[in-house]
Amino acid sequence: MPFLWLKVAVGFYAVGLLWATAAVSRPCNFLSKIVLPALGLGMAFHFVSMAELAMLTGHLSLALMSIHESESLLAFLILAFFLIVYARYRTLSPGIFMFPLSFLLTFAAAVGEQPPQFNSPLFRSSWIFVHIALIFTGYAALFLSFAASILYILQERSLKAKRLAGYLSRLPALEVIDEIGYRALLLGFPFMTFGLIAGSVLAQARFGSMYFLDPKILLSLLMWVVYMVLLYTRWNSGWRGRRAAYLATFAFLAAVCAWAANYFSAVHRFVAQ
Amino acid sequence: MNLQLIGVNHRSAPLEVRERFAIPESRLPEAVQRLLRYPGVEEGMIVSTCNRVELLVRATNGSVDLRDFVGEYFKVDPKEYEKYLYDLKQNDAIRHLFRVTASLDSMVVGEPQILGQVKEAYAVARAVGAVNSQLDALVSRAFAVAKKVRNETAVGSSAVSVASVAVDLAKKIFGSLAGKHVYLVGAGKMSELAARHLLANGAASIFVANRTYERAEKLAAKFQGQALHFEELYDTADRADIIITSTGAPVAIFKREHGERFMARRKNRPMFFIDIAVPRDCDPELNKIDGLFVYDIDDLQQVVATHVADRKREAQHAEEIIALEVQRFTERLQTLDVVPTIVSLQEHLETIRQAEIDRQRGRLGQLSTEQEMAIEAMTRGIVNKIMHTPITTLKSAAREAEATTVVEIIRRLFNLQQKASRGEQPGDKAEAAAGNGVKH
Repeated sequence: MPFLWLKVAVGFYAVGLLWATAAVSRPCNFLSKIVLPALGLGMAFHFVSMAELAMLTGHLSLALMSIHESESLLAFLILAFFLIVYARYRTLSPGIFMFPLSFLLTFAAAVGEQPPQFNSPLFRSSWIFVHIALIFTGYAALFLSFAASILYILQERSLKAKRLAGYLSRLPALEVIDEIGYRALLLGFPFMTFGLIAGSVLAQARFGSMYFLDPKILLSLLMWVVYMVLLYTRWNSGWRGRRAAYLATFAFLAAVCAWAANYFSAVHRFVAQ
Repeated sequence: MNLQLIGVNHRSAPLEVRERFAIPESRLPEAVQRLLRYPGVEEGMIVSTCNRVELLVRATNGSVDLRDFVGEYFKVDPKEYEKYLYDLKQNDAIRHLFRVTASLDSMVVGEPQILGQVKEAYAVARAVGAVNSQLDALVSRAFAVAKKVRNETAVGSSAVSVASVAVDLAKKIFGSLAGKHVYLVGAGKMSELAARHLLANGAASIFVANRTYERAEKLAAKFQGQALHFEELYDTADRADIIITSTGAPVAIFKREHGERFMARRKNRPMFFIDIAVPRDCDPELNKIDGLFVYDIDDLQQVVATHVADRKREAQHAEEIIALEVQRFTERLQTLDVVPTIVSLQEHLETIRQAEIDRQRGRLGQLSTEQEMAIEAMTRGIVNKIMHTPITTLKSAAREAEATTVVEIIRRLFNLQQKASRGEQPGDKAEAAAGNGVKH
């Protein structure tokens, strides 16, 4: 059943994907009207699917543990961030980036039905759930910030070029986009930090200090450092727009690499041999 | 439906004339009642705003002399005002009502107040019982059309003047203008106007600098702002988020290096330069700095021009929507118009059929139930087949302009005059008949 619900959710998220594609070329009034309700329904099914999986496997962390389930959780968190932004700023614009990504993540999770992969006893620990949930919230916030910096560049360009037609004129005001991005960073940073700390504590307990040289850990650290640089330059010299977008892109790429490192990390692969 | 409209508006008449016809809100109910009591008027409503006074009525038969009513009510000689008044009938009246409600007939096309004003006029007319089923259907349709125009076109969402474009742009950059500071460099009518607009939209305060300090002080006092010395311009400019320049300086006063300095001091918070001076006060290079936006007078005027072009295109689109809606509405009306004829045609033939059966029934003697039913079915079949063509012709004619001619011919052919005249006032009854009349 959980996969059925997830597939239904994917169906609703497809509306978001359509909206995002249409928004770039020819905004469609009808889609703009239904995209929020579709999103809400999708998230409801998505939540049911995750909750059911957690009950079936008997433990929260186990429910999250296959790569696909974690993708689905990340998609859910990204959309939750989108909704928070919408509630505060009444803008759908970040959805241009957030809908396609969460659609892809959920889609991958829904079609790639697979038994929980990580069945190491480590996952019986609640710490691991805390670790994952924190890091993912950080990821989602980072992605929101990344999306905002792209929107910032688009809006800045259109204002500079003095073309205010088409979709660009519907983007939120420059300072509003800036605020969204900055707040997302501020909010995401503590999550990311504590998530990494929780992970380190776990790994230390299990593997001793050797874990430190693992590519996944190194990439995660790199991402965290970029994250901090982003915050620092912003706070100290008000970097925004192009420069901030480069940094955010870099942090985002580091995050993607850190994620992908799951596939070749020795420490972070928890499949029982 | 026999619709008539008479009125004056901002295009047909100057203000002095419109004043003569304006009906104050307090006297509107009484005016509508007077209109309703006027011979031949079945339903009516009056819209009176500063830009228009319009009387819309549904007449019983033929046409009502609304000019006479206007002369009587406003105690004027209609002859004298002949050239200011416009009369519209049927489709033209419907189209006019739709256009007015959708704000296409407004002085500022797309302004939103008119819909509310028509709604009020409608509420008043309803309250005094001057609006019933038919006018009600029309006015409700007008509201729906206005909504449709609003939703499907961008009429009413574009800015107009240079000053309001400046405000729109500032909002595109800063979101809200609350807490934003405006700096006027050089005093002039246009920059003053722009400043006024910005303040009206929530800007926090105004600084003024001018080569002659006294003028700066005078202007600052006007806005309760602060006068600054022109010599300190480069040290104080970064305090402001929006800078409006209009000096007579022959060369640019703000150059790239100034802009870079401002941005560093502002920690890269965006800055907006509105340059209305000719020759320009801002070096075009300034616009290349991240987070700094420069719009000169040509840029602003170009935005105005695109808005106007957009608006024209959107208005065109809105007109198309309205044309379509008028057509739909009149089609529906005409269908209603033929319904009474269809009903009386059916009644007429049914009476003949019954009479014939009654006349011949005695000669047929004892009949079984089956035979009775066969006779019934046969006669009914004949009647239905005869009626089929006239009814389809009527129905299809209803969609064309020739409805009245066809109705006329069929009435005359079947001698339906008497009954048809009863059906001349369709209303709810005819509408109900439209539902079940077709089944026979």
